[in-house]
Amino acid sequence: MTLGKYSVLLGIAAFGAIGDTLLARGMKAFGSVAPGQIVHLFSAVLNPWVFLGIFFLLAFMSAYLSALSWADLTYVLPATAFGYVFIALIARFFLHEHISPVRWLGIVLISAGVGFVAGGPESSSTKVHSKEEKPLRAAGIQS
Amino acid sequence: MTHFYAWLGVFLIVVTSTAGDCLLARAMKQIGDLGDLRNKRGIVETVLRVLGTPSLMLGIAFMALSFFSLLFALSWGDVSMVGPASASLTFVANAFAAKLFLHEKVDRRRWTAAVCVAGGVFLLAG
Repeated sequence: MTLGKYSVLLGIAAFGAIGDTLLARGMKAFGSVAPGQIVHLFSAVLNPWVFLGIFFLLAFMSAYLSALSWADLTYVLPATAFGYVFIALIARFFLHEHISPVRWLGIVLISAGVGFVAGGPESSSTKVHSKEEKPLRAAGIQS
Repeated sequence: MTHFYAWLGVFLIVVTSTAGDCLLARAMKQIGDLGDLRNKRGIVETVLRVLGTPSLMLGIAFMALSFFSLLFALSWGDVSMVGPASASLTFVANAFAAKLFLHEKVDRRRWTAAVCVAGGVFLLAG
């Protein structure tokens, strides 16, 4: 794993979290859409918050696809979950929202899960690695 | 019945988003390391190659289905139930699907991580 690859994983968590937050803020301002007026949803794109949110979600998608091109799905997904931790920390330290002990426990669990995966190999695909590499990776898992 | 439809929605979200994630992962494995590809062929050809991969398009279609399932579930159930339930179940479903369909080596380390993350997401989103 190079520094560039770690920054892609960090980008997945950050862009996804920022994009979702912007969309939520935009849709709150836009208001509820009744099922009969579903076409009305398209004009939500014109809301500046939603527009910016879509921009961040496109960045998220590029980073996500890029990570999947060199790492396993089960390696990349915990990284996306780290976005939830980002949102909670943004809410706590920038919006001064209260975080209950149960939510802190959730943050600890996600961080532990990310730590577990990050310590292991990023790819187990037999297509990517030759047979000679297998024993080396098996040794790496135990270390 | 309201409860049934909400959980049906959650089930649909989990199935469609797991299928979507697996298809995207398979497509990107077929294409290979994007960084290498960009260095060799340039950014335009890399983007065209990604967009021209059928399983990627199918994956995006499943992601769209998952989004509409979310809207369906939210119209029957509370966001505090639908959000955490679908997100955490999707993590566990993805670990199973990655092992079954993508033949990823999901060892004890990754199982532990999947369960930790699923539990954490449930607590955080709830």
